[in-house]
Amino acid sequence: MAMTMHVDIVSAEEAIFSGPAEKVFASAIMGEVGILPRHTPFLTQLKPGEVRVVTPDGEENFYYVSGGMLEVQPYTVTVLSDTAVRAHDLDEAAAIQAKEEAERALEDRAAEIDYAQAQIELAQAVAQLSAIKRLKGRR
Amino acid sequence: MAVGKEIRTKIKSVKNTQKITRAMEMVAASKMRKAQDRMSASRPYAEKIRNVIDHLAHSNPEYKHPYMQVRDVKRVGYIVISSDRGLCGGLNSNLFRKMVVEMKANDKQKLDMQFCTIGTKGAGFFKRIGGNIVAQTGQLGDAPQLADLIGSVKVMLDAFDKGEIDQLHLVYNDFVNTMTQTPTVEQLLPIEPKEDKELDHHWDYIYEPEAKIVMSSLLTRYIESLVYQGVVENLASEQAARMVAMKSASDNAGDLIDDLQLVYNKARQAAITQEISEIVGGAAALS
Repeated sequence: MAMTMHVDIVSAEEAIFSGPAEKVFASAIMGEVGILPRHTPFLTQLKPGEVRVVTPDGEENFYYVSGGMLEVQPYTVTVLSDTAVRAHDLDEAAAIQAKEEAERALEDRAAEIDYAQAQIELAQAVAQLSAIKRLKGRR
Repeated sequence: MAVGKEIRTKIKSVKNTQKITRAMEMVAASKMRKAQDRMSASRPYAEKIRNVIDHLAHSNPEYKHPYMQVRDVKRVGYIVISSDRGLCGGLNSNLFRKMVVEMKANDKQKLDMQFCTIGTKGAGFFKRIGGNIVAQTGQLGDAPQLADLIGSVKVMLDAFDKGEIDQLHLVYNDFVNTMTQTPTVEQLLPIEPKEDKELDHHWDYIYEPEAKIVMSSLLTRYIESLVYQGVVENLASEQAARMVAMKSASDNAGDLIDDLQLVYNKARQAAITQEISEIVGGAAALS
């Protein structure tokens, strides 16, 4: 029997594949890589693309990853798959959006203070009105 | 016979309330189970990535990433995870109480604080007490996605990179079991490498393209996955707390209905007795 290694493909939201394999192919950032058992320790980023796992019974499994990391140890291979399409610009846009939302939340605070102010004024007006009514009733 | 009409309507309205709380309890129970599944599904990723980081911390001593360097603490950042909706017992208030204790301790040490809130309840809380919110995300729903968190986490990581904060903490409700959820404050940055003698032999990875780049994208993902886990834990806690709160509400409604029913029966009985005694009295007067 040919040598095998243990392969895990995981994303932050779920475990995608776990089991023995003879070969693993992935599209790393510097080009396609093929991993066999007893590979030297290796760490690289992955491009969006497919990860191909050849199981001991010769079956080929395909998984699409939208980027991520590939860690290789002599007898284990780990694919840390991204769940989202990542790019510097996209991350930047997401960060800006989060900041904007915070600003909006803080603006709402001003609105809330106004609301509280208005409520106090309203309560005062109501109290004055009822006092006037009582005075009129007495007459 | 119009005895205790008010009591009857009251019983009816309490019964309707009970129906609602019971339905909410069941919905929360099923959502909790799903959230628990999600919790266990997200665990392997964080574990694997943690392993790789520990390898890196031990194998590559000549380069130390900023996220792993301990600095003098002058400013602290918090990522506070809370629920979007209420009716979940004391879940959020317990968390905020813990937060207030933490903030008081920081005030004493004259530390500046920055907050990133995930969930609308947290935003509301810091709005009220006047915290410095730098990023905010909300309405994640029942199936939160990592993609929704990238933005706010990046804001905090950028702040750490620029030296605007020297420490980053994650605040969330840890799901222990259905009955217990503990508010937890966890340090995210700087990362303290595990002491593991087994890893202390000399080997290193081959990096593509470069150790520094690989390391920072790995660490970013690690932090994100921890925050994601916190969000999922908090979601499970929220549903569990809601389930328990709604269960006790249904039970209370049941007790209330029993009491009201008793009062109603007594009133009805009294009315009948009175009527009979009137008839008997009337008959006695005639004879």
